[in-house]
Amino acid sequence: MSGSFLAVAVLGDAAQAAHTGSHLESLVNAVIPKATAAPELAWAGWILLLPVLSAVLCTAFAALRVKNKLPAIVTVVSLGAAFALVLKLYLMRGPEAAPVVVHLWDWMNFSWGGGPWKSFQADVSLYIDSLTLLWMLFVTGLGTLIALYASEYMESDRGAGYCRFFFGVSIFLLAMSALVMADNLVLLYFGWEGVGLASYLLIGYDYHRPAAVEAAKKAFIMNRIGDLGLAVGIWLIWVNYGSVEFATLFQVFTNATSDAGGWDRSLIPFCLMLGAFGKSAQLPLFTWLPDAMEGPTPVSALIHAATMVTAGVYLLARMEPLFVLHPHAMTTVAWVGGLTALLAATIGMAQYDIKRVFAYSTISQLGYMFMGLGVGTAFGAAYHVLTHAFFKALLFLTAGAIMHGFAGQLDLRRLSGLRRVPGFGIVCWTMLIGCLWLSAFPYTAGFFSKDIILVQAMSQPKFQLLGWIGLATAGLTAYYTFRVWFRVCAGPVSFVSGELAHQTDHAQHATTADLHGAPHAHTGTASHSSHANESHAGGFHPHAPRLAINFVLLLLGLGAILSGIPGIQSLRGQHNWVQEMVYASTAVRASGELHTTTPVAFGLDAHGIVSVFGIGAALGGILIAWWLHRLNRRMADRLRSMLLSNSLTRWLPTSMENKWYVDEVYHALFRLPMWIASHLLNFFDRHIVDGLMVNGLGRVPVLIGRLFQPLYNGLLQGYATTMAGGLVLVLAWVAWKWLGAGGAA
Amino acid sequence: MIGTLAQAPSHGVTIALTFSAVLFALGLIGFLVRRNMILMFLCTELMLQAAAIAFIAFGRVHMDTGGQVFVIFILTVAAAEAAMALGLVVLLYRRRETLSAEAWQELHE
Repeated sequence: MSGSFLAVAVLGDAAQAAHTGSHLESLVNAVIPKATAAPELAWAGWILLLPVLSAVLCTAFAALRVKNKLPAIVTVVSLGAAFALVLKLYLMRGPEAAPVVVHLWDWMNFSWGGGPWKSFQADVSLYIDSLTLLWMLFVTGLGTLIALYASEYMESDRGAGYCRFFFGVSIFLLAMSALVMADNLVLLYFGWEGVGLASYLLIGYDYHRPAAVEAAKKAFIMNRIGDLGLAVGIWLIWVNYGSVEFATLFQVFTNATSDAGGWDRSLIPFCLMLGAFGKSAQLPLFTWLPDAMEGPTPVSALIHAATMVTAGVYLLARMEPLFVLHPHAMTTVAWVGGLTALLAATIGMAQYDIKRVFAYSTISQLGYMFMGLGVGTAFGAAYHVLTHAFFKALLFLTAGAIMHGFAGQLDLRRLSGLRRVPGFGIVCWTMLIGCLWLSAFPYTAGFFSKDIILVQAMSQPKFQLLGWIGLATAGLTAYYTFRVWFRVCAGPVSFVSGELAHQTDHAQHATTADLHGAPHAHTGTASHSSHANESHAGGFHPHAPRLAINFVLLLLGLGAILSGIPGIQSLRGQHNWVQEMVYASTAVRASGELHTTTPVAFGLDAHGIVSVFGIGAALGGILIAWWLHRLNRRMADRLRSMLLSNSLTRWLPTSMENKWYVDEVYHALFRLPMWIASHLLNFFDRHIVDGLMVNGLGRVPVLIGRLFQPLYNGLLQGYATTMAGGLVLVLAWVAWKWLGAGGAA
Repeated sequence: MIGTLAQAPSHGVTIALTFSAVLFALGLIGFLVRRNMILMFLCTELMLQAAAIAFIAFGRVHMDTGGQVFVIFILTVAAAEAAMALGLVVLLYRRRETLSAEAWQELHE
């Protein structure tokens, strides 16, 4: 595709602002309208209350030992109702509505005199602008769909953890809605902690598996580090600007021209960044996300791919008016994002667990989003969040369907040709959609959203290197994505079942069949597909996904395809609703897509470079993956062993497979010193405090007693001798005193 | 109280006390060196009587009949004790077929 065609201005009204950065400048100075109170929208509070309702009902079902799918139905219905309310709000207000504040009820309201620093107000109120609505639309929408998917995926846990699972999903949706809709930073922080808690509870859902518990703890603790940054940032914002309410803060930020102030004022964006990088798994706090894949797959799709991990992007987009005051902060965000994207992509290339490959791709794509925010296209970042939410949720759900069908098998070396396994057609073809979208295949939604970010980076000389890094990452992304697809879905049919085979195939299905008095559908599928796989040992029969899973996969595939429409509109220079929504929100201050026609390299401008190299990278990556993992799989193994056998190149595959030893470095830098310190303190406590001081003092009388123990020998004469000796001593003492006293007198 | 303390005769008291001390020492030595329980018991009786003599001697010194009253008590206690102790010795002898005190060394456990 020629660069000149793609170089059509992204924005329709950008033509007059082309060639210079003037458009960007004008948007940086865009006035953010002051939010007005809208008490008539109080029904929007139900968006928060419906998940609470379903969480309470799930608790009641758990107490009543409900063994059917009632918790799932309640959760899906209430989340669906919340989505309907968000949709109603969106339709009422339109994409470009001015922000409103809906006061629900008082929460914290202190005042100790007049003036800006003499009061503290943080109520349970909603700040509804277009950015809120954009996020809420996909959070509640995907939440509903994934809950529906989970109703089938988690069915073997009915009566056991089923209620607990849907309780976790409900409180996650509550916390995420509070995070996105909060009108002040304290309520946002409540939601921020709440999603962390829900994430912890759901990663550790299988609490009898040590790996799941470890992963849950790791996620929670690494998020704590980020949350500390956010908490300090909120405190510094209050100290410096005298309010935590968005409506007030944005007016203050709009009127500020620079970040002139104390050192603590310039620290604020970096504190917020730390929080965002923790929640969104960026350098240096990204290592929790791959481990979080220990949780059930719907959780990975909902929380660890589509919604929660984009909270960091949301926070930075929401606080853009503050960030544009700090040029260094924006540059830092861009570089952290770009480097994370590259690092995670290289790790993803060498993983064998399908879910982990997708987890690293999530980190990598989140890196693109931060890069978009940093280089000044909040539209690109938000649009990438939206497209990514669809195709990544889709990819995770297909991986979950495979895991569900093959008893927990996720190793891409042990699965092949699933396309031809009966019942897995929809899974494989929707997975292909997800893979094409993730690898930014030309004219897919993922291509458009990535394109906008990379063009913006390329257009600015100081970010050109970042643009090239982004293009290289795009190639790696295409390779590792299709490595999964060609391995798992294409090729000859062959598979090994996972460890859960016994449990799910015999014991549990037998009990469910007994409970319902009817043969389980899985049995039917298994017998149906048996002729195709009779060569496989152990008599394992994969069970294909049924209605709920297939329906959700198809719907998400459709959503992924439709999410490309704003990209096509943007390419044609038309207005599109995502851009309108971002431009109507606070994130407008960091928006304004550049349209320079100055050649960047090879006589091409930014658009040309990104289209030519982006398409080349995507197709090249897919082609290499096809060659190595479809046509000539032995070649891939030979390549690996060749690299391993050469001492000069051995480091490359080893360190990629070992995730660049980041975990090990953190272990050596943080865990090891703390381990040593804790053991030293333990030694001090156990041997000095307890041993020497407490028990040591207690042992003194014992030792003295032991000194006299030989006297107590059971011989009557011995005792008598002791007594007589004592008597003699007393007499001698008396006599000596008496004589001495007599002598003295 | 009868009489006055100031005119208490002091001669003879020394002899009585010395006799008491010697008797006590004999009883004590006997108790320490003998292993026969009956003999040890007799030695305790000697010490008890030494104490009784000392009571009488001091009663004489202070011209107080309380010393002699105490002797009556001591003799009563000694009689009761003798009945008990000899009964115990008979029982202990039946258990071990010996009168040696060493046979009961494990009682200290």
